[in-house]
Amino acid sequence: MKNKLKLIIIFIFLIFCFVIFYKGLNNSNTYIPKANDEKNIPVFKAKQFNSNNYINSEKVFEENSYYIVNIWASWCAPCRKEHPLLVELSKSKSVKLIGLNYRDNLNNAKKFIDELGNPYSQILIDSDGILSVEFGAYGVPETFLIDKNKNIIKKFIGPINKEIVKEIKIIIK
Amino acid sequence: MKTLKVILIIFLIISFSPIKSDEKNEELKNKILKNVRCLICQGQSVYDSESDFALSIKLIVDRKINKGWSEDQVYEFLRKKYGDWIIYDPKFNKNTYILWLLPMLLFLIGGAIIYKKILKKNNEKSL
Repeated sequence: MKNKLKLIIIFIFLIFCFVIFYKGLNNSNTYIPKANDEKNIPVFKAKQFNSNNYINSEKVFEENSYYIVNIWASWCAPCRKEHPLLVELSKSKSVKLIGLNYRDNLNNAKKFIDELGNPYSQILIDSDGILSVEFGAYGVPETFLIDKNKNIIKKFIGPINKEIVKEIKIIIK
Repeated sequence: MKTLKVILIIFLIISFSPIKSDEKNEELKNKILKNVRCLICQGQSVYDSESDFALSIKLIVDRKINKGWSEDQVYEFLRKKYGDWIIYDPKFNKNTYILWLLPMLLFLIGGAIIYKKILKKNNEKSL
């Protein structure tokens, strides 16, 4: 009877280990952060792209509308790929696009915008990446959807695609 | 002569104290950065990494410390932005309690088994 109990315990323990390792094998070994946590937008002061003036976050997000904050850089190849989709999104009247130029050379950034078009109603310069950290970003490209209550409701890590554009369009409708 | 000495001492205290506080800040900064995970590079702390993400975190931690933030305040700020995963030393909460309690539980169970076996052996010997 005692031996039987021992065997059952060992068997349960082995199954427990197997389930954990099996789950671990199927998991990606890169960290995928929670992208749907609602957070308030940070309070900041940033330099504007087209002038040397500084602007407060309150002024940037002053309208009662949805906002998309897109972190981009001219040296980032995926940013180039997602840019036409941002141009497409900028045609919608219910959302305003804010660009955050991340650790970039200003001349190269200007060339990038001249070449591919400007979907942003406002571009802010984040030369040292601090502003992106305030948003909780990992790198470029990254896109945040902000609702009318000024909460970050969605975070898209990496370049956006057609499915994401569809998802955004449904939300901002 | 005495006044000159006093002036010299005061001068030395004033001139060295910022250096000491700078050193302290640098030590605290390094301690924090070694305990912060670089989220885009595998198996590296922010202290060890030279990625854009790590450079930005280094800069922001430096600024917060110079503003007079404590170690815990910096960790809390980073946790709010990136979640518990960014800190190598996870806090005790509902997501991490198994991580903290399981080794203790296993230790207690193991200890109880050993204790029981020793007790049994002693009883057998005495019989």
